Amino acid sequence: MEFVSEVFPPVIAPPVIVGAGPAGIRAAERLVAAGLRPVVVDEAARWGGQIYRQPPDGGFTRPKAALYGFEAGKADAVHRAMAAIRDRVDYRPRTLVWNCEAGALDLLCDGASEPLPFSHLILATGATDRVLPFPGWTLPGVFTLGGSQVALKFQGCAIGRRVAFLGTGPLLYLVAYQYLKAGVEVAGVFDTTPFAVQARATAGMLRDPATLAKGLLFVGWLRAHGVPIHNGVRPVRAEGTEQVEALVWRDAGGRERRAPCDAVAFGLGLRSETQLADLAGCRFRFDEADRAWLPERDGAGRGSVPGVYLAGDGGGIAGADAAELAGERAALALLEDRGLPVDAARVKELDGRLARIAAFRRVLDAAFPFPADWADAIADDTMICRCEGVTAGAVREVARSGQAGEMNRAKALTRAGMGRCQGRMCGATAAELLSRTLGTGPDAVGRLRAQPPIKPLPIATVVPSPRGGESSDGREVA
Amino acid sequence: MRDRIECDVAIVGGGIVGGSAALFLRQAGLSVTLLERDCCGAKASGVNFGGVRRQGRPLEQLPLSQRAHAIWGRLPELLGTDAEYIRSGHLKLARSEPDLASLIEYRERSQGFGLGLEIITGEAFRRRWPALGDRAIGGSLCPEDGHANPRLVSPAFARAAARAGAVVRERTPVDRVERDGDRFVLVSGDALEVRARFLLNTAGAWSGRVAEAFGEPVPLESLHPNMAVTEPLPRFLDVNIGVEGGGVYGRQVPRGNMVVGGGRGFALDADRARPQRDAVLTLMRDAAELFPQLRHAHVIRCWTGVEGYTPDRNPIIGPSRTTPGLFHAFGFSGAGFQIGPGVGQTLAELVTAGETAMPLEPFRIDRFAAPA
Repeated sequence: MEFVSEVFPPVIAPPVIVGAGPAGIRAAERLVAAGLRPVVVDEAARWGGQIYRQPPDGGFTRPKAALYGFEAGKADAVHRAMAAIRDRVDYRPRTLVWNCEAGALDLLCDGASEPLPFSHLILATGATDRVLPFPGWTLPGVFTLGGSQVALKFQGCAIGRRVAFLGTGPLLYLVAYQYLKAGVEVAGVFDTTPFAVQARATAGMLRDPATLAKGLLFVGWLRAHGVPIHNGVRPVRAEGTEQVEALVWRDAGGRERRAPCDAVAFGLGLRSETQLADLAGCRFRFDEADRAWLPERDGAGRGSVPGVYLAGDGGGIAGADAAELAGERAALALLEDRGLPVDAARVKELDGRLARIAAFRRVLDAAFPFPADWADAIADDTMICRCEGVTAGAVREVARSGQAGEMNRAKALTRAGMGRCQGRMCGATAAELLSRTLGTGPDAVGRLRAQPPIKPLPIATVVPSPRGGESSDGREVA
Repeated sequence: MRDRIECDVAIVGGGIVGGSAALFLRQAGLSVTLLERDCCGAKASGVNFGGVRRQGRPLEQLPLSQRAHAIWGRLPELLGTDAEYIRSGHLKLARSEPDLASLIEYRERSQGFGLGLEIITGEAFRRRWPALGDRAIGGSLCPEDGHANPRLVSPAFARAAARAGAVVRERTPVDRVERDGDRFVLVSGDALEVRARFLLNTAGAWSGRVAEAFGEPVPLESLHPNMAVTEPLPRFLDVNIGVEGGGVYGRQVPRGNMVVGGGRGFALDADRARPQRDAVLTLMRDAAELFPQLRHAHVIRCWTGVEGYTPDRNPIIGPSRTTPGLFHAFGFSGAGFQIGPGVGQTLAELVTAGETAMPLEPFRIDRFAAPA
């Protein structure tokens, strides 16, 4: 099945991979091994994705062991894999894909836009932090967990001198540990998950002793260095005038407490970047585990649109190891769909390993459940959408008054999700507020429809060879 | 078991025309049921550019447009919200002498309709709009025209109608519509049957099916206006801008975002459309050329919608030629937002009084029929 472009003259379009993280790189490696020359498009200047992000070229000399810790071996292997095929792919770093339409992507690089027709499309778009707001979350010094990790890995700098880590998920302990290792004072780890829940889930982690050992090591290391770890907490507010001065939190016993700090890193797991899949026409389904609408895909990563594949966290959160396997698996599916021979034993092996990770994923989810009641505690005057200055109360109001029973309607009436981030940051909050006000599950309020551009597009964008869009008939509408 | 509703007037389509008609009919004391296939004001009425503009319309639309203008002036009292409506003025730019001549000519022809157009050129123009000074040699200003947020205005009409006692059913597509003696019967799946003495066909781009059901096929085409908005910028523009003979228009909203439009999106299916890449890029180029202040801005979102266009770009408004009690109002061809409430009020008049002083002859539904 090939995409038939209605817009572009018949050319032999290449397969295109969006994203050069673990999934994208392993997909490219597999296509190259089969004799294809895929295009690899990536927003970053250097390959590796978020998890294995490389420091900028020149002047950064920290060894990989310091940057990636336990994952240094994996990071290095992924980096080397891409380096090895560098000459056999059409690699497009520093390039934003801002649209997908009629069998072609639109790329923005160095201020110029160009269309890129594809024969097949592997979306390895990754994920960003899932956040819910709390009073003071817009103060300077409050970062997402992922953002605070990127600062460390990419720039070799910390978000503060004394950092509080808030939220839940494996990243919470990992980043706290990395900050401690880097010589930053950790004011505490404030986990929203009750201790009993985590302890129960730990038993299930014995399926994957290596991960369990790492988790225990992080916790042990933090404790050994006197870092307080609190479970079952809820944030009360980030305090400060010019910037964060303290995190005020409520402990499991309901007492309000205060932790002085000059930065807060927080996050509640990750959310997939699905806008391109949406623009490509993929059908979506609600995923209970991720508490999000995700593109439908089969076990190999095929989306509902023939020739479009999903791999890695962009299709559902499963972590970096799964992303490597899923990238290769999607590439094998692509080769199979092109009628090329594939190694059946390898397919079977990948499927088995992906299934094992998926099973362990459920254990992790149980250990770090999404705090569904958080949204109820968000005060009406708390800003939930920074781009457009929308409060929690505004979203609740359109739900309560019967004006909005679904996300796009709430967006039209309140502007939540209409700003620069197009709902990538505030969407989860809006969905939680809407569904909890209406008394439905998070699946019942639908999802924001993607619109181009998926990230802000400079008006001054240069179009090297305009093919002359149909201009209007000179009439002014409305 | 279907719900059954008996009422005076059934309305198909909850956009700005259907919603305002429902409100005015309720104010006249009739019972009203409004059926909307999606959400009220979610289609063309809610996703258009938001220009509230009389200037530049064909003269035959100006009586209705003036009528609508009076209603826009009472928005807060009618809807309980101002919906970001501002009488900022609408300035139509001329980039050449011939363009200026056609603006002057339009002012002459539209004398007597009360638009109060002012032609401003040369030094006076540059002093008043330094931001536009070297883009145009002059312009025609309609001081009382303006702009509003269509996402807020259009749903608010249907909501006000509901508060006034109209039955408003959203997500209720009409599958069947027929005549039964002196009643119209509308059926929505297994959910609902409505029987009414009068029927208003205000279903925008989907109105053709209703007209066809009563033996009045119309050449209606769906088109998709291409829109884009920037992040908020410092205020530099206080008027809604159009260009004589040019396909780009823009307005800066109170928050500072610049909304621009031009070109066409493309249809995904009969119900949905998307911005088209070349139209987006062309629009950005044209907008930056017209408004140099946008040079360093970003477009944060593009959108489009589905609008019904007629061959002569004038709407279809008035009584059915085949079926007593049926009234049409659709095919506004991308220019229904401002005029909509005036049309809604006129439909209410046709139902309650059986006549209107508004000249509707140019909007007859049978004007496209092949001459016998």
